[in-house]
Amino acid sequence: MPDNTSLHRSPAQALVVTDLHKTFDKDEVLRGVSLEAHQGDVLSIIGASGSGKSTFLRCINLLEQPSSGEISIGGEAVRFTTKKGQRVPADMKQVQRLRSRLGMVFQSFNLWSHMTVIQNVVEVPIHVLGVSKAEAAQRAERYLKRVGLWDKREQYPAFLSGGQQQRAAIARALAIEPRVMLFDEPTSALDPELVGEVLKVIRDLANEGRTMILVTHEMKFARDVSSQVIFLHQGRVEECGTPQQVFYEPVSDRCRAFVSSIH
Amino acid sequence: MQWYWLAEYLPKFISGVYVTLQLLGLSIFFGMLLAIPIGLVQVTGPRWLAIPARMFCTVIRGTPLLIQLYLLYYGLGTLFPLIPEIRETFLWPLLRDAFPYAVLAFSLSVAGYEGEVMRGAFKGVPKGELEAARAFGMSRFTVLRRIWLPRAIQNVLPTLAGEFVLTLKSTPLAGVITIFDVYGVGSMVRQETYRIYEPLLLIAGIYILLTGVIVLLFRWLEGRVPRPV
Repeated sequence: MPDNTSLHRSPAQALVVTDLHKTFDKDEVLRGVSLEAHQGDVLSIIGASGSGKSTFLRCINLLEQPSSGEISIGGEAVRFTTKKGQRVPADMKQVQRLRSRLGMVFQSFNLWSHMTVIQNVVEVPIHVLGVSKAEAAQRAERYLKRVGLWDKREQYPAFLSGGQQQRAAIARALAIEPRVMLFDEPTSALDPELVGEVLKVIRDLANEGRTMILVTHEMKFARDVSSQVIFLHQGRVEECGTPQQVFYEPVSDRCRAFVSSIH
Repeated sequence: MQWYWLAEYLPKFISGVYVTLQLLGLSIFFGMLLAIPIGLVQVTGPRWLAIPARMFCTVIRGTPLLIQLYLLYYGLGTLFPLIPEIRETFLWPLLRDAFPYAVLAFSLSVAGYEGEVMRGAFKGVPKGELEAARAFGMSRFTVLRRIWLPRAIQNVLPTLAGEFVLTLKSTPLAGVITIFDVYGVGSMVRQETYRIYEPLLLIAGIYILLTGVIVLLFRWLEGRVPRPV
């Protein structure tokens, strides 16, 4: 008998990843990572460089092709097939549709430099989601004001500071009104004095109940905003739980050693 | 210096400029239409398209335009009339004229040189920007149309401006296959009036003017996306 009561209690599943493996050549970077994010969850992935955090995040929206494992976004599972011995998505249209529900924020911003800030923000709503220009402009205004860049909307990215560029990139991701926001080390490329303004925006988003997966080196930040923290080590989930569990009562020695830096 | 002939020949010069601009404009248009895929397939593959594209660029860039003009006009141009089927098609009036051969030769030349420029341009677009486009669910074609191509062209606008100026100044070569462009008008004036230098100076001035127009046009295009200094 399925347990209906618990289904009603917990919010809908936004993202489910099951037993994800990723091998580059002979290097097994991910060795069976699973996670489950419900609506409103803020899930942080921490771990040393090379532990597979970014690769895992990039597998979620299929910028990297997982060697095995299942991914399901908003209840829709990605269909895979095998071509020339490689496991690839069966239907690129499906991949594109699912990707357009994931708001990705990159370490190096990756704003489109031939477009102004506002053009960056309306681009995907208009040209991928098919939203009307008026609606896209409304979204741009809402989210650029949200990240405090409304007065910079006509600037080209090259004229903005790193922190401003990253906030513009967050507005671009918000404008698609995504099911899940994916942050790939959003502050790692920033000068120290610019980290704060970006973290503040992300913190506000977490507080308003957005579903987010956050790969980060900012331990204190992860501790403060997350509903769940995952510690990756050599491609495996070494520790997983609430910030309290992972940061203060870790079971694994490696995790204890890793998080001790913030005590 | 004597300029008494100018009034008489002015209309001819104007129509000569028109021929020059037509040849240049059409060649750049068709040439770039070819150069973009030629550059692109060398970056994206597949190999069976990339290899012929690279060979095309090598052949075009490795042979004088003058020879290409001769081969196309006197070679192809004398071959076609021998095939009766061609003489009956609607294309025949076009194939009988020299101008289409000039446009073809110059277009192929632009395609060869600018194909190479576009290869570098496509390659030079930061990978992260293309990845972001894919990550937001853009199809391959949308990525190309909205991000990759405009970004690539923006990168090479200064190069293209220089290339098109060079193309402009090679257009007098079309004279060898009977195209009567502004240079041709100048030569005619020299023969008919025995004035040697004045027509040459006038033509030189006209080319400087046309070059200025191209340069200004590209300045304006470049200025549309400002860059920090």
